[in-house]
Amino acid sequence: MSVSTATLDTAIPRAAAAAACAHCGAPILASGSGEFCCAGCAAAYAFIRESGLGRYYTGRVLDPAARPPRPPEEPAEDASIFAVASEDGTASLSLLVDGLHCAACVWLIEQALQRDPTVISARVNLTSRRLALTWRGGIEGAVPLVRLVQRLGYRVVPFDPNAAATASAEEKTLLRALAVAGFASANVMLLSIAVWAGFGEMGPATRDLLHWISALIALPALAYAGRPFFRSALAALRVGRANMDVPVSIGVLLAAGLSLWETARSGEHAYFESVVMLLFFLLVGRYLDRRARGRVRSAAEHLLRFGAAPATVRAPDGTLHRRPVATLRAGETVVVAAGERVPVDGRVTEGRSAVDKSLIDGETLPLPVTAGSDVLAGMLNIGGPLTVAVTAVGERTFLAEVVRLMEAAERGRARLVALSDRVARRYAPAVHLLALATFIGWLLAGPWQAALLNAVAVLIITCPCALGLAVPVVQVVASNRLFRRGILLKSATALERLAEVDTVVFDKTGTLTLGQPELRPDPALDPAALVLAAGLAARSRHPLSRALCRAAPGAPALDGVEEHPGEGLSRRTAAGEIRLGSRRWCAADATAAQDDGDPELWLARPGAAPLRFRFSDQLRPDAVAVVAALKSAGKRVLLLSGDRAAPVRAAAAALGIADWQAGVAPAEKCRTLDRLRAEGAKVLMVGDGLNDGPALAAAHVSMSPSTAADLCQTAADVVFQGLSLGAVTEVLAVARQSGRLVRENIGFAIAYNLAAVPLAMAGMVTPLIAAAAMSASSILVVTNALRLGRRS
Amino acid sequence: MTGLLFLIPIALAMGLVGLITFLWALRSGQFDDLDGAAGRILFDEDAPRPAGRKPSSQPRSTPP
Repeated sequence: MSVSTATLDTAIPRAAAAAACAHCGAPILASGSGEFCCAGCAAAYAFIRESGLGRYYTGRVLDPAARPPRPPEEPAEDASIFAVASEDGTASLSLLVDGLHCAACVWLIEQALQRDPTVISARVNLTSRRLALTWRGGIEGAVPLVRLVQRLGYRVVPFDPNAAATASAEEKTLLRALAVAGFASANVMLLSIAVWAGFGEMGPATRDLLHWISALIALPALAYAGRPFFRSALAALRVGRANMDVPVSIGVLLAAGLSLWETARSGEHAYFESVVMLLFFLLVGRYLDRRARGRVRSAAEHLLRFGAAPATVRAPDGTLHRRPVATLRAGETVVVAAGERVPVDGRVTEGRSAVDKSLIDGETLPLPVTAGSDVLAGMLNIGGPLTVAVTAVGERTFLAEVVRLMEAAERGRARLVALSDRVARRYAPAVHLLALATFIGWLLAGPWQAALLNAVAVLIITCPCALGLAVPVVQVVASNRLFRRGILLKSATALERLAEVDTVVFDKTGTLTLGQPELRPDPALDPAALVLAAGLAARSRHPLSRALCRAAPGAPALDGVEEHPGEGLSRRTAAGEIRLGSRRWCAADATAAQDDGDPELWLARPGAAPLRFRFSDQLRPDAVAVVAALKSAGKRVLLLSGDRAAPVRAAAAALGIADWQAGVAPAEKCRTLDRLRAEGAKVLMVGDGLNDGPALAAAHVSMSPSTAADLCQTAADVVFQGLSLGAVTEVLAVARQSGRLVRENIGFAIAYNLAAVPLAMAGMVTPLIAAAAMSASSILVVTNALRLGRRS
Repeated sequence: MTGLLFLIPIALAMGLVGLITFLWALRSGQFDDLDGAAGRILFDEDAPRPAGRKPSSQPRSTPP
């Protein structure tokens, strides 16, 4: 696979370099001439040049996986309700920014905002993709500032920073504990090495002094850095269960107590360095685990904030508005049509229906609701329309939904994580028994101090550091690498199942193609006609009109355009009526021979023959390279599409897929997948998350290209963003490598314990060997996992 | 061996300075944006700032 990914990486820039927009860098797909892909980009480019911020273009590095910095077509909702006014006449606002590529984007946004005289500070965090903004004046000042960031090409949504702060606070607590444990272990180890090196020559007074200093460092560090483990062990014991933190806590406390006792009676065997080293390595594992989860959570939050479907709000005057869920306030009224999800917690005020609450508690029986019933966000309205009075603030509902999503993902925890948990659960009592057996055995042979010493040695050397690090480190590295490419793992078991895939089934529309009509390049097309048509189309929101505008970015919008629903657009001029629209409406007399089923628009002008604009769905820029890479990696590639035969045949020919079917209904797709499974194939289904739901669920594992139309309802295990299809090969490569690394790590950790425990039980392990073996095993496991982060 | 009496405290003090510096840096938010800080240095403030404002004396992030 390493060879094939290399070809992919070179293929992407070549495709993009064909004609790239001077502002957003996205390929100009349509036939239109000019430097820009759309009017928004042209305006952004002019604005940035005028502001004297042109350095942005020379300094930036565009990331092909991220969203191109193309100004959004819809204006943002009113951000001022999220702004917080303070007493000194300033106001502040936190925004999530979508479309950040590199530090140049950060610089551009900060500089552009700071040129506004009211802005006091603007600070973009590239890691969390957040913008903290403070300005002089009231909260209404938010609107022009948000608009400014949008004009530069970024999408933004406001959020409440306090609600998001708790997760990172927990991470920081762990990091502080890690720092303290690291400081203590380094210094105590320094002293211990002195003791070991001077063994036999060092006087007892010096040794005692060094031991006392070690105790002075180790005991406070233990009290501070050990708290996460003690707390978790206590919580487990209180409900009568044993987790891995129980032997760890007992081990470190016993070892610390014994070492203190040895030091007090000026003995030789103090284990302080083992105590703090053990804590340090365990904390590394725990911190990495927490950070990986935090990253996935923030990625999900990011996707949901930008992708969640808006709610329909009924204003007091009876008008309906579409607004993001997070902006809803208690007391407002929301209308939920049949088949829609309830966007927010509330109480039904009108209507009678039934709701499916399987997303919330897995209950599949519909729940009848009527006026007065409470409904929760995430329930699916399957009956008639409902009117719901909002009872919870949208922001809180939203965060609850993110948590629910993460919990759903954790419910299906990875088999390998489950394996390591299971090992840990059996391991803990076994370690206790072994230590007890060692203690009793040595008690029969000699004094109790030596027996206790050996028992503690067993507890320490069986420290599950390596085992505890084995899985989390690999998962952190894997999810980090995928996250950088805009790939989100929704299901924790997905990586393991992906590693087994031998057949890849693609859907066409929106998967191999971009799912967006673009004007077909046609050299015979009159540029003046195109500009005229684009000028008419600028007034319409229809997808084909938008494609026309993209094809002729510089075209001025024309006035006096009338829209005729279902037919097209018209404009009266002195010479007669100009029409842009369907074949029937514009050019009833045109030959029917040209009908090849492609989407089309006709332009009828007085005194000229009707002109036809043909549109087609473009293949993703790297689709050919990805299919070739999959085939050269020995995977079987199939194309199943619900589309008509002609475009499917064309796509299959362009991609070199021999095995294709067109006009396949969803149920038939499932049957085909079942047949493949019966043949023993492990199928990866790549398809549109919302329409291919059943087929995605029927496959062994599934992926969905998504701007997260609705992340919660997507059946896919993996969701990827961006124009590039390279996510498919990337995910398969990472899955295979990480599966191998996890097995290696667990195997190594078990082998280490099998070798070390008998030695410890036989009383042959000195403090030096125990500490060195423990550290070496942990470092080996971490280093092994880090190999995954290296780009091949 | 009497050298130990002042060498060990010096070593410990140096370690403590490092630890305290790290904890301070963590608290003051310097680890909040590792990706951005790396590139930020390439775009340092050489663009003209509007007059009458102190050059970026604002606290750069809020402690938790």
